[in-house]
Amino acid sequence: MEAFTVLEAPAAPLLRDDIDTDALFPAAWVMDFDTDYGAALFANWRYLDARSVENPEFVLNREGFRAARILVAGANFGCGSSRSHAVWALAAFGIRAVIAPSFADIFRGNAIREGILPLVLPRPEVERLAAIAAAHPGATFRIDLQSCRVRDPLGGELAFEIDAPAREHLLSGLDEIDSTLRHRAAIERYEAGVRAKRRQWAAAGIPHDDRSRAR
Amino acid sequence: MAAYAWRRNGGRAVQTLFEEIWSRHVVEELPGGESLLYIDRHLINELTSPVAFRRLRERGRAVRRPELAHAFADHMVATVPGRTQASFPPAQPYLHALREAAAAAGIPLFDLDDPGQGIVHVAAAEAGLVLPGMTVVCGDSHTCTLGALGAVAFGIGTSEIEHVLATQTLRVRRPQVMRVRCEGRFEAPLSAKDLALYLIGRMGAAGAAGHAVEFAGGAIRSLGMEGRFTLCNLAVEFGARFALIRPDRTTAAWLAALPGVAGEAGPPSLPWCEDSRSGARFDAERSFRIDGLAPRITWGTSPAQVVAIDGRVPDPEELPAREAEAARRAIEYMGLAPGEPLAGLPVDDVFIGSCTNGRLADLRAAAAVLRGRRVAPGVRAWVVPGSQAVKRAAEAEGLDEAFVGAGFEWREPGCSRCVAVNGESVGAGCRAVSTSNRNFEHRQGPGARTHLASPATAAASAAAGCIADPRDL
Repeated sequence: MEAFTVLEAPAAPLLRDDIDTDALFPAAWVMDFDTDYGAALFANWRYLDARSVENPEFVLNREGFRAARILVAGANFGCGSSRSHAVWALAAFGIRAVIAPSFADIFRGNAIREGILPLVLPRPEVERLAAIAAAHPGATFRIDLQSCRVRDPLGGELAFEIDAPAREHLLSGLDEIDSTLRHRAAIERYEAGVRAKRRQWAAAGIPHDDRSRAR
Repeated sequence: MAAYAWRRNGGRAVQTLFEEIWSRHVVEELPGGESLLYIDRHLINELTSPVAFRRLRERGRAVRRPELAHAFADHMVATVPGRTQASFPPAQPYLHALREAAAAAGIPLFDLDDPGQGIVHVAAAEAGLVLPGMTVVCGDSHTCTLGALGAVAFGIGTSEIEHVLATQTLRVRRPQVMRVRCEGRFEAPLSAKDLALYLIGRMGAAGAAGHAVEFAGGAIRSLGMEGRFTLCNLAVEFGARFALIRPDRTTAAWLAALPGVAGEAGPPSLPWCEDSRSGARFDAERSFRIDGLAPRITWGTSPAQVVAIDGRVPDPEELPAREAEAARRAIEYMGLAPGEPLAGLPVDDVFIGSCTNGRLADLRAAAAVLRGRRVAPGVRAWVVPGSQAVKRAAEAEGLDEAFVGAGFEWREPGCSRCVAVNGESVGAGCRAVSTSNRNFEHRQGPGARTHLASPATAAASAAAGCIADPRDL
């Protein structure tokens, strides 16, 4: 995973609430096992034929926003499916941060684990940043995850909050599984404890789940 | 591996059911507020797992506990009667990847032709893989369905699938717990689906974000297991990644009746499962009454855009500014007009099935409405049983003949037109009444216009050829 420290890039405004994972990555694009994730992003909105003919109205097709690496979006971003394809589509297009008033729980976790920053700001601030982005296509925003500050192209700067594990994960770009495997001894202790309890239950005639392997 | 039974929490602070199960599965508390949570059961499907298996392979990692994982072919399988492996060629690489990975790791696979095959959230419960007190994950957001059995069950992304495969744990922050209490009586044809749609409408698409929801109250207790699965299934549509219901005699009896569980589990006497921890403190509480509730149907492109079946499309001018813009877009996409009544809108497609409403009770409810009626001309109507077991049970009581006789197609189990990644979709511009769970733009196919409703409403609409109130039949 690519570490996220400082991002200086244009932002695209897409101020809809409840942008769902089917919008981010339409189901039709799953059918190709080796799909082009970057092309799939927002395909139903981006293309007039849902495939290739660009819709000139859609923000990511407009001059200045094609190179956007930040999205400024509405609340409950990423609701719907747990499919990580939605995050891969954002990443393949080049989006590294989404600024929104809130994110759907599963999407937020998926984004962090794939190196995309879900940046939460109060709705009035999100709307203000979206307005600035819309008025200055291609202008550079700066997100600094070390100091947790975002700066708009007009020089305005504000702080944001993110929980420590998410921030550290994004900053380090380290593999989460490697980190967890350092707790192997604790996992083994837990499993041994469960096995012991299960023997007690079996002795007491209390059902448990061994049968599920019977098939 | 599950804490299937546990002793009373003598003397300590009273935990909610969710917290109790959670705390029993904490391997270690991690710095920063996350827990390393042990996973008892990992359910796997062909749509979201291939990349996780590939990454695992590329990094030279083994599957830590393959005996705790079970794989199902569901999302991309064709459901056409007499289907074969070749029925939907684009699914081949996904199914192939799942088969290879499962075989290599020693993970049992409920493949296309397995008598236990079905939509993972339906079939895994029927196989007895989910028991009260377990932690259960699957790469699918509707995994909260299985919380109906009193488990901590939740949807995960592909990187988390890889993490569970490699470590049998997840790093997760414990959510807040919200109790959603529902009182009152279900009067036919009001169903768990109607209640769920009502709750989504009242709470909003993100109403329980950051929360695990525990459903409680007399209306919930009166629901059978199938209705409970439906209700928990839809909790994610109001933002809850987790939903659960405290196990009771209904749960115990349902588990005891499962083939293979009965012999070992004995009579359903489960002292831990009664509603006894009334002193538990919840982080949030919501209460609803269902008496006199009308069946629900969605009009828009979010499950929260929902009204009573005898209601009308709202006028965006009368909505709060924030909802108005979304409503205008939804009305345009759905081909509707502000103020238009829902009932009477001509319907092209009717879909009965999915992890929400693909169980035997759902098919019975639909068949009861259809008795003596036929699908209206020009309506394409499908029944897709949620699993092979549901299909067999329905056929044993003649439901297949009832549906076929009425003009429905009786199909093979799978996700089908709910997720539309299997070549089965609603046509562009076509209006569908669907018992599935999402009415997002293009969800059931490019340009598809989906109205979510109960099996009874779907069947009534199929017979009428337009959106119809099942109470009028």
